[in-house]
Amino acid sequence: MDHANLIVGIGGAAGDGVASAGNTLALAVARQGQGVYAYNSYQSVIRGGHSWLRLRVSAQKPLNHGDQIDALIALNQDTLDRHLQELGSGGVALYNSAKIKPSYEPPQGVQLCPLPVPELAPSSKELPVMQNTVAVGAMLRLMGLDFAGLESVISTTFAKKPKVVASNVAAAKAGFDYAGAHFQPLPRQLKPTSQKWALVTGNEVLAMSAAMADCKFYCAYPMSPASAILHWMAAHAKQLGICVRQVEDEISVINMTIGANHAGVRGMCATSGGGFALMTEAIGMAGIMETPVVAINVMRAGPSTGVPTKTEQGDLNQVFGASQGDYPRIIVAPISIPDCFAVIQDAFFLADRYQCPVLVISDLLISEGNETVDPAVFEHIREIDRGETILPSANGELPATNGEPYLRFKNTESGISPRAVPGVPGHLYVAATDEHDEDGVLISDIYTDPVRRKKMVDKRARKMSTVLEHLPPPLFSGPADAEVTLVGWGSTWGVLTEAVERLNAAGITTNHLHVRYLVPFQVREVQKLLGRSRRIIIVENNQSGQFARHLRAETGIAANGHIRKYDGEPFEPKHIVAGVQDILNGKAEIVNVLSTEPGWRTDHPSGTSADWKGRLSGIARAATH
Amino acid sequence: MTTLTAATPRKLEVKDFKADVPPDWCPGCGDFGVLNVLQKACAELEIPPHELLVVSGIGCSSNLPGFFRSYGVHSLHGRALAFATGAKLANHRLTVIVTGGDGDGYGIGLNHFIQAMRRNINLTYIVMNNEIYGLTTGQVSPTSEPGMVTKSTPMGNLEQMLNPLALALASGCGYIARGFSGDPKHLQKLYMDGIQYPGFALIDVFSPCVTFNKQNTYHWFRDHVYRLEDKGHDPTNFHAAMDRAIEWGAKIPIGLFYRNPNPRPSLDKLDPALQGEPLVLKPRGLTAEQRRALVEEFM
Ligand SMILES: Cc1ncc(C[n+]2csc(CCOP(=O)(O)OP(=O)(O)O)c2C)c(N)n1
Ligand code: SF4
Ligand SMILES: [Mg+2]
Repeated sequence: MDHANLIVGIGGAAGDGVASAGNTLALAVARQGQGVYAYNSYQSVIRGGHSWLRLRVSAQKPLNHGDQIDALIALNQDTLDRHLQELGSGGVALYNSAKIKPSYEPPQGVQLCPLPVPELAPSSKELPVMQNTVAVGAMLRLMGLDFAGLESVISTTFAKKPKVVASNVAAAKAGFDYAGAHFQPLPRQLKPTSQKWALVTGNEVLAMSAAMADCKFYCAYPMSPASAILHWMAAHAKQLGICVRQVEDEISVINMTIGANHAGVRGMCATSGGGFALMTEAIGMAGIMETPVVAINVMRAGPSTGVPTKTEQGDLNQVFGASQGDYPRIIVAPISIPDCFAVIQDAFFLADRYQCPVLVISDLLISEGNETVDPAVFEHIREIDRGETILPSANGELPATNGEPYLRFKNTESGISPRAVPGVPGHLYVAATDEHDEDGVLISDIYTDPVRRKKMVDKRARKMSTVLEHLPPPLFSGPADAEVTLVGWGSTWGVLTEAVERLNAAGITTNHLHVRYLVPFQVREVQKLLGRSRRIIIVENNQSGQFARHLRAETGIAANGHIRKYDGEPFEPKHIVAGVQDILNGKAEIVNVLSTEPGWRTDHPSGTSADWKGRLSGIARAATH
Repeated sequence: MTTLTAATPRKLEVKDFKADVPPDWCPGCGDFGVLNVLQKACAELEIPPHELLVVSGIGCSSNLPGFFRSYGVHSLHGRALAFATGAKLANHRLTVIVTGGDGDGYGIGLNHFIQAMRRNINLTYIVMNNEIYGLTTGQVSPTSEPGMVTKSTPMGNLEQMLNPLALALASGCGYIARGFSGDPKHLQKLYMDGIQYPGFALIDVFSPCVTFNKQNTYHWFRDHVYRLEDKGHDPTNFHAAMDRAIEWGAKIPIGLFYRNPNPRPSLDKLDPALQGEPLVLKPRGLTAEQRRALVEEFM
């Protein structure tokens, strides 16, 4: 990247306020035109817990959380002990000198920045989190940014408590000034820009996009990492007129949501793999009843309860396999936090047009990750097009008919039939999960009729034939005649984009294909793009290569190499670069990446790397054992 | 309950609620009575068929919407209440009636049954309780009597019966009744009251399965049931209702067990998003100003 790009690590135990310190810093830099990408890695294996948030900041929007740190804010002793060694020359480590002392010599060229918090913020005696405010103020100064951004963030955060604003601003300013007087600024300085940013999580974007797409019904059963969608919806329900319900289980969730859609509103629901498993029977119901519904699976590491706070792309097979039988459905995976917006806009359009389930696959990285997004992205709303839905009118008027009897499941050329919803006069029918004829009458029991059964399966299947026309093409970038083609889907887009840059810079010509729509699969485009590839390497956050199998099933194309990861942590660019090198060197065909490296301490399961040799050369090494 | 529209100019009759498809239940099945009486009740209540949504699960009894002329949904086994709840919240002007069997509602769908009562969603739930799984050819049900021999309990049922009425009382249900498909006049009154009740209404109906339940036959029910009304039961008295609900032996009560004299507001009256027009009639999308304000929260 051309612009200065800094990665700040903030660590502490649960309750130390890691996330809120990160959020304050992120907002403060965003208000000065800096792009941010943040990833919070929770640890639950150590006494007291360890929460480790990495915040990458740059005027040029960062696409991932990177793979090294330049600055450290240690909120407890444990964090300083763990992460001090990860800093390189020019790096800084900030900590409250009244509580924390380095346990070992810092790496060469690393600046220790002890902050005498009790002197800088007298209120810290009663309010220990004041140390966070002091540190954030100091960090801002070392980055080269102005104090005004932070002051405005504190003012909005505590808008209702002027006293708290005053004490926090004073503490932050004291940290800011102290850093200016006592420490060397970071070697790469950030410059304020006029760009405006919205700081969002993927879950917030999924929820907000749905609201903007006229989603009027949302229900859920809490499950990480999807719960924040429910929280956003509940917080905005009254203001936006959305019916938001928490109900007894995910079976109820999906059935209610389909019920609401059946009655004519746009409804959505979201869960993670375990809840999605409970939803699958009803997803098939929406298929045979031809009811639109948007359902999101935010993947976490599975199977079963798995690792609730860790990310994975392991539910692809589950989503493909949702429900028995054949039925039309659309499956899409957003590739980034901002992409969640467009995906949901499109999902509602497609669900209404094709009267079928649209299944959206997100993951913990996207859904709980934090990123600055250009607010202009949120202006790209899709015109609300209800397709062939016939809705009731407020005055109970009869919709125009051509005198023919209404057939809810009319066997049309497109397979799409006009869908009247309850309340519309003159269009009575029964929507059944049993196989039924065009008029909705069952043909499943005593009326069994092979000809009509096949006709109805064909009618529904035919809907899928025109979906491809409405889908954006798969993303492809990089030189056409590259030595390596990286193929990914979902949340790996940002990491792959950076890895491709680094590989090309290192002389390994690389291009990148990223798939959003998994069903229907853009077979022709993908075959054409991959047909020219010399070496195809598939990158995915799971153990068995679920996407690789799908690609092969759809296109007949088998990859030459695989980079996989299933340790709970997301990929970092260096993992991809090292994995490609290993594959090219013939070391392995499948590279299983682990977020630890040589030099990793056994008491240091922080998901971060400890061997930093050569990391500034642009190509980091990754363990592939 | 809503106003009539242009589509229903004349007085409604039973035939307005009869679908073109004749019921395919076994001759003598109790569900015929349940259907006929429901058609009468809806005609008498003048509910326009297009403003009536009848939702069922899966089972012999759950085939009812196919024989009833209105908007209908034949959903999944056990999920009718969940589906109907979503539909009612999307358009709370609809009159929503849920029909199904004992297996559907008290077995696989039990959680939804309890939660729907607790939630007090304004719909009427009619359970055709034949104390057996009919459609799957005669296995034990949660309401089968102890000792009952069925295909899946050849040595006799080892489990206790589930008591839907006591469960309903405990779950906050405001209208609780039991009818018998062999006593249609009595049943119709319960339906009409239940449909007009402003909250969740349960009507459990003894609806004999003549094919697979040779124990709880019409004859058996006639011998056992008595009308609560004939015994001076006070349906506004919760504790008296509980006493009657747990009665099961030589005599079994039917009729209105409980009607909350001070009905709790139903969910649609409480949810802020549902005030005024139903969701389905609300203006589409958000205004540019609303959208801008949402984005600004993140800046
Ligand atoms: C998930 C699921 N499990 C099992 C079945 C099979 N099944 C259909 S109807 C039924 C029981 C029906 O009993 P009840 O609800 O009492 O209705 P009845 O036929 O007695 O009227 C069962 C087990 C199903 N359709 N779906
Ligand atoms: S099997 Fe029993 S419940 Fe089913 S239709 Fe026949 S008599 Fe009725
Ligand atoms: Mg039954």
